[in-house]
Amino acid sequence: MGTRDCGQKSAMSSPCIGEAGRTGDWRSTRPEFDPAKCLAVKAGRPACFQCWAYCPEGVIKKEVGSEVDLTYCKGCGICVEVCPSGAITMIPEPEEE
Amino acid sequence: MATKILDLPEEEYMLPGNRACAGCSLGIGLRHILKALGGNCIFAVPASCLTVLGGMYPTSSVRIPWMNVVFPSTGAAASGLAAGLKAIGREDITVVAMAGDGGTADIGIQALSGAAERNANFLYICYDNEAYMNTGTQRSGSTPIGARTTTTPAYGKRQHQKDVPKIMEAHGIPYIATACPSFPTDLYDKVKKAVGKQGTRYMHMCAPCPSGWQFPAKDTVEMGRMAVEVGAVILYEIEDGAFRLTSRSKKLAEQGGLKALRDYIAPQGRFKGMEEETIDHMQAWINRRWQQCIRRDAEGQA
Amino acid sequence: MTTTKHKVHVLTGNEAVATAAKLCRVQVVAAYPITPQSSVVETLSKIIEQGELKAEFVTVESEHSALAVCIAASTVGARVFTATSANGLAYMCEQVHWAAGARLPIVMGLANRAMAAPWSVLNDQQDSMTMRDAGWIQIFCRNNQEIFDTFVQAFKIAETVHVPVMVCYDGYILSHTVMPVEIPAQESVDAFLPPYKPHTILDPAHPRNLNPVTLADPRRNGDGELCHGYMELRYLHQEALLNAPAVITAVDQEYGKAFGRSWGGMAWGYQAEDAEILLMAAGSLCMEASVAVDRLRQEGIKAGVLGLRVYRPFPKKELIEATKNAKVVAVFDKSMSYGNEGPICADLKAALYGSGSAPIVHGYITGLGGRDVKYRHLMDAAKTSLTAANNGISTKASEWINCQI
Repeated sequence: MGTRDCGQKSAMSSPCIGEAGRTGDWRSTRPEFDPAKCLAVKAGRPACFQCWAYCPEGVIKKEVGSEVDLTYCKGCGICVEVCPSGAITMIPEPEEE
Repeated sequence: MATKILDLPEEEYMLPGNRACAGCSLGIGLRHILKALGGNCIFAVPASCLTVLGGMYPTSSVRIPWMNVVFPSTGAAASGLAAGLKAIGREDITVVAMAGDGGTADIGIQALSGAAERNANFLYICYDNEAYMNTGTQRSGSTPIGARTTTTPAYGKRQHQKDVPKIMEAHGIPYIATACPSFPTDLYDKVKKAVGKQGTRYMHMCAPCPSGWQFPAKDTVEMGRMAVEVGAVILYEIEDGAFRLTSRSKKLAEQGGLKALRDYIAPQGRFKGMEEETIDHMQAWINRRWQQCIRRDAEGQA
Repeated sequence: MTTTKHKVHVLTGNEAVATAAKLCRVQVVAAYPITPQSSVVETLSKIIEQGELKAEFVTVESEHSALAVCIAASTVGARVFTATSANGLAYMCEQVHWAAGARLPIVMGLANRAMAAPWSVLNDQQDSMTMRDAGWIQIFCRNNQEIFDTFVQAFKIAETVHVPVMVCYDGYILSHTVMPVEIPAQESVDAFLPPYKPHTILDPAHPRNLNPVTLADPRRNGDGELCHGYMELRYLHQEALLNAPAVITAVDQEYGKAFGRSWGGMAWGYQAEDAEILLMAAGSLCMEASVAVDRLRQEGIKAGVLGLRVYRPFPKKELIEATKNAKVVAVFDKSMSYGNEGPICADLKAALYGSGSAPIVHGYITGLGGRDVKYRHLMDAAKTSLTAANNGISTKASEWINCQI
């Protein structure tokens, strides 16, 4: 089976999550949320969402009690810096076995 | 009415796991630009960091149609998209050209100027990371004075940056705006406004670059904020010739002015060892532009 | 098909080009004026401004932008057209490669002109030859009727094989010379040339990223399907060009049935069947060669014309067949592969190598920068080559005709 079967005459890409692979593997530290400090969690309704708005990768959900998709989070740490309540800290990734 | 962060749409058109560097401001900017466009758009993108972010064949990191184009031709390619869409009766689609500062201020300025003179129907967004980052941080026409690049390695650049929005203003196009991903709602609102207009619309987005400017990736948003605080970047829009400061720059004008340039220069490796005299030159350049903007903003109010 | 609505007009080559673009219902035109192409742009502007053709005319600031506009508009599904000459084509260079690699059916008119430096606005074919390896189909025309007919054919060819077509015609000699040209009715052209359907997808409903960075090796897409690497895409491009002669020939024959004229497909002959010596050329020079052949025949020399209509893809099979009974082929190039010899001559030699029936091939460089070429020059060259061949001289250095150094 050669590439002829893909049927393309010229290069046309389709959208794909993880275009560059599991970019979470680039990380040396990961963001950890302390829900007790999160303004949205404390308010119990949508609030703040700075971490969501400023994430360059779009891996933080716009939800109360934000979740990070660690498969693709590159570990830049911007969320820590923009969080007004200090609810996020970067912690070292565990050493690989 | 200015949009608030809580009101920004949840829908994402830029996909995670893309090829951009960790902490790249372009990712933040592109997310909000695409949210404002809402998917009904076609991009023309020349060689640049954005090409890398967009992905390699056969996979793409964006859920919008996107045409890669040769480096100097972005303005012309976008003109062609607009003409082609008109010819096939799809004028509902917004044509967006998005290029770096090299592709805009330098190699692409002829095609952009030609298109703007024709008032071709598209939105052009320059993301300005102030050097040729994709090829390894060589100087561009938009690199600030004093910044070390791989082609200004010893003393830093000796010339001030080119003021591209001002060049574009000379074309008399209907909309010009500056923006920065550190102010995402301002960026979002300006794209929204631009989409609602016809003809050539130009936006110039400051794009702090951790690797090229040499600061920690976590500080990208702060670096963009500082650029605005010191006036290295001034947030404004010019709508049908009427100038007005926006967002944080408007507040700075009302609340007594800019922070000292040194606060912005100190954390960036590219400015390391910048001579006092050069800093003074840059400060004077910023002050002149700032005063001009304040004056123009006041004229607009009058 | 009825031909009663067809009218004969007296047109310059450039007017024939503009008229063809109109009848082919091009939707986007982008071109930048350059001598001797300029009147194509002017004529089309007039046609569009007068409302005779509904099309977007993008008055670009350069040739580089002209082809950028065409590439983008073609990608979204519009039929596009541009035209240029010499330095304009050279300025387009990276776009010329891009249009071919993106497999877009763009049709370009090239009023052949000499390349600077020094400046010359006059005719030779150096501009075409500098772009011969970019992956376009290149067709050379011998008169203004062939220019018109070839343009109509070119859109059909391009849209069938998904390769752009450059229709080459000699600057001034054809671009500015008036000739009678039969112009078919719009309905017959419409019947011959259906609307363009793109293979590219550039639609928000089906987001695609076109021509991004492509790796050396094949790579899987999001669904796990193995897709091309750079080399596979280039192979498909070459395959399309190798398959193009069948399409070019069929389109020319179909055109003949519809309009009463066809032009020989890939290559054509005049008095060629029993010729001992063939005078080979591309473009308007072939007409001068035909006069030379008539005179040579009057002198009892069995001469014929071998007209090269399509230079890329190079018609190897047709040329081997056409030359198999000749003793010698004199190739007249209006360009030079500097440091080697005339490009058509070199390509013919390569095509004949190992074919088992190779005649002697002699190369002549002629007409550079507008230098006049008379049938006498061609007759003299033909006699020289025939004499040399009869004396067993199989190879000789390229001779520059009428060069007064």
